[in-house]
Amino acid sequence: MLFFSYFKDLVGQEVTVELKNDLAIRGTLHSVDQYLNIKLENTRVVDQDKFPHMLSVRNCFIRGSVVRYVQLPPDGVDVDLLHDAARREARGA
Amino acid sequence: MSWAGPEDIYLSTSLASYLDRKILVLLRDGRKLMGTLRSFDQFANAVLEGACERVIVGEQYCDIPLGLYVIRGENVVLIGEMVRLLLDTEREELPPHMIRVSETEIKRAQKVEREAGELRGTMRKRMEFLDFD
Repeated sequence: MLFFSYFKDLVGQEVTVELKNDLAIRGTLHSVDQYLNIKLENTRVVDQDKFPHMLSVRNCFIRGSVVRYVQLPPDGVDVDLLHDAARREARGA
Repeated sequence: MSWAGPEDIYLSTSLASYLDRKILVLLRDGRKLMGTLRSFDQFANAVLEGACERVIVGEQYCDIPLGLYVIRGENVVLIGEMVRLLLDTEREELPPHMIRVSETEIKRAQKVEREAGELRGTMRKRMEFLDFD
């Protein structure tokens, strides 16, 4: 559940989600669930010319299973906090 | 089982906020389906009413009507809510330079594109002995 909690803390921030089909979408993280499905708002596709059908999509739901990367804002990651959380989780606490 | 209240729905990752809206579903095989979302579940299985497939080849596109579709969730890549960019055109969702063509024409264009892709594939295969890298 570590990454679920982690993504929950990122809600409201601007992220870029890169999918396994090479579509990259930038938008405000609206919500995330246990499957790491992601909802984005005010989305825009990074390579708009290649994906003209995405022009009219402003809000979208992305299935967690098709996500390759989530690019985060540089200040969105507290490495030490994440590090501690990972150790805690590994100990089973 | 408890149901999320209406205010929770808009804050959650559930698809409930897209119910009865016009949506675009991107599938894993690259197909694009449009229609009205009537139902869904936790796997992103979805029921689309008045579904149609939008085929895009280069600058041409065509919407092929399909009817009522149930989409199995594992094939879903993305579900997007479609907004109208301009009020009184029916093809508001695409860049203005794109041209609507008939179903036969788009099928032909699709075939040409596919065959060009296959040709590129075989050419590359035949050239492999040259070892470009």
